[in-house]
Amino acid sequence: MRVVEKSQLMSATEIDRTIQRLAHEIVEKSGGTSNLGLIGIRRRGVPLAQRIVRAMRGIDGVQVPVGTLDITLYRDDLSKVAPHPVLQSSDIPFPVDDKDLILTDDVLYTGRTVRAAMNGLFDLGRPQSIRLCVLIDRGHRELPIEASFVGRHVQTSDTEIIEVRLTEVDREERVMLVERVS
Amino acid sequence: MSASPDRAALTTFPGTPVPQRLHHMLGIEPLTVEQITFLLDQSKPFQEIQRHPLKKLATLRGKTVALAFFEPSTRTRISFGTAAARLGSDTMNLQAEVSSLRKGESLLDTARTLDAMKPDCIVMRHSASGAAEFVARRLEIPVINAGDGTHEHPTQALLDALTIRDRRGSLEGLNVAILGDILHSRVARSNLHLLGKFGCRFTLGGPAMWVPRELESLAPPGCSIRRVARIEQALEGADVIIVLRVQQERQHESALALAEYILLYQLTPERLRLARPEALVLHPGPMIRGLEIDPAVADGPQSCVLEQVTNGLAVRMALLFELIGSAQTESSAVAPAQAKDAADAAR
Repeated sequence: MRVVEKSQLMSATEIDRTIQRLAHEIVEKSGGTSNLGLIGIRRRGVPLAQRIVRAMRGIDGVQVPVGTLDITLYRDDLSKVAPHPVLQSSDIPFPVDDKDLILTDDVLYTGRTVRAAMNGLFDLGRPQSIRLCVLIDRGHRELPIEASFVGRHVQTSDTEIIEVRLTEVDREERVMLVERVS
Repeated sequence: MSASPDRAALTTFPGTPVPQRLHHMLGIEPLTVEQITFLLDQSKPFQEIQRHPLKKLATLRGKTVALAFFEPSTRTRISFGTAAARLGSDTMNLQAEVSSLRKGESLLDTARTLDAMKPDCIVMRHSASGAAEFVARRLEIPVINAGDGTHEHPTQALLDALTIRDRRGSLEGLNVAILGDILHSRVARSNLHLLGKFGCRFTLGGPAMWVPRELESLAPPGCSIRRVARIEQALEGADVIIVLRVQQERQHESALALAEYILLYQLTPERLRLARPEALVLHPGPMIRGLEIDPAVADGPQSCVLEQVTNGLAVRMALLFELIGSAQTESSAVAPAQAKDAADAAR
């Protein structure tokens, strides 16, 4: 499979500005940060969650707890797409019971990742609420799942791929629209 | 197949070597260091799940694990059964005492009968060395060796390795003392293979007839095996002490009076002081307090016995997930290039 780059959707500056805005929105809609906990979905949801938490500390000076979730064991498509899946640790260092959780990921697409993540969270306890925050919503949902906080909506076709590159994971910082050509 | 970035979490981290997927688990001897390390790493998330309030996953929902124990077993059978259940799998149970083996059915016929009920894998224990491999060569589905005669008990060695690695940070170059009835112990053999691949140095201590010279030839390159007559010599400088059970059921002659064994070979607090201060004490169970081990040692801070049991669940869950957790087992047979394409497509 080959991919060609079609356009850049976000620069490093734009990603940073978007994260600042998302942090403000979350604080505003939650009436503060006191009961919040952020959960980053591996892999790129993790640095995003950490950055949002950092931005929220800038807003009201509070350190919101942040955790990491690996959803591999909760996927519904393991038998179809994974020749040899590799598990990563989840690390959620606070009790999720009665928390208002914000699941964080880079791209919202079919919604299946979010479904899997919610199943994983329910094994840890009973949160008061779960909301979803994504950098990009590209449409094409296969499940009744929507994000409460969206960095940018992008219209895409089936053959297009959103590539989010974050410094912590990819050593570069931008969002691209690429297309598969066979 | 629709490709998307939100499926990328499934594929591997660039730079993390992922060894070829296993089809069976028949023994430690043929495994590479990379395969062993991968399985131990895959066990970590399953260790976390043992601490969750809700421990049951749906990952293997709809799969069936056949537990075929042709030799009595309690802890290994319960451990595999619980591992399968916590992954959401069903199990079918064959126990020697109540099976048609008693009526004279051959191993192969019993295995084929189980196979005809379409399990996704068979976990097998048998008193004959090589029994698991014999069955694996004749069935399509994955076979896990849960102990075959005096040959191997690979999941015990994996859980021991996980326990040691958690406490010590690494398996490399440790001094390992193995005490007791090594001749009859498949646990000892699997441990020699596994820890030997990581360059551990072994000292085997026990009654001479239980520590035969042939064991020295098991040492892989870069690892040494030394036999000593007195267990005090084996304990000096040890980082890890593996105490074995006296297997009275495998001994045809009463080789040694138990009182004498206790006197000469029991791991007591006094003898333990000869080892490194932070030395770990492992026992594969069932443990006979007051015979091979003094209760004060079994319950002491250096004992890892209960961690071993919990880690056994994690290792067996990781192994079941490796063998039957994803894409059909045929995929492990495809050429690496094709497997790579599939991984790319999933991205």
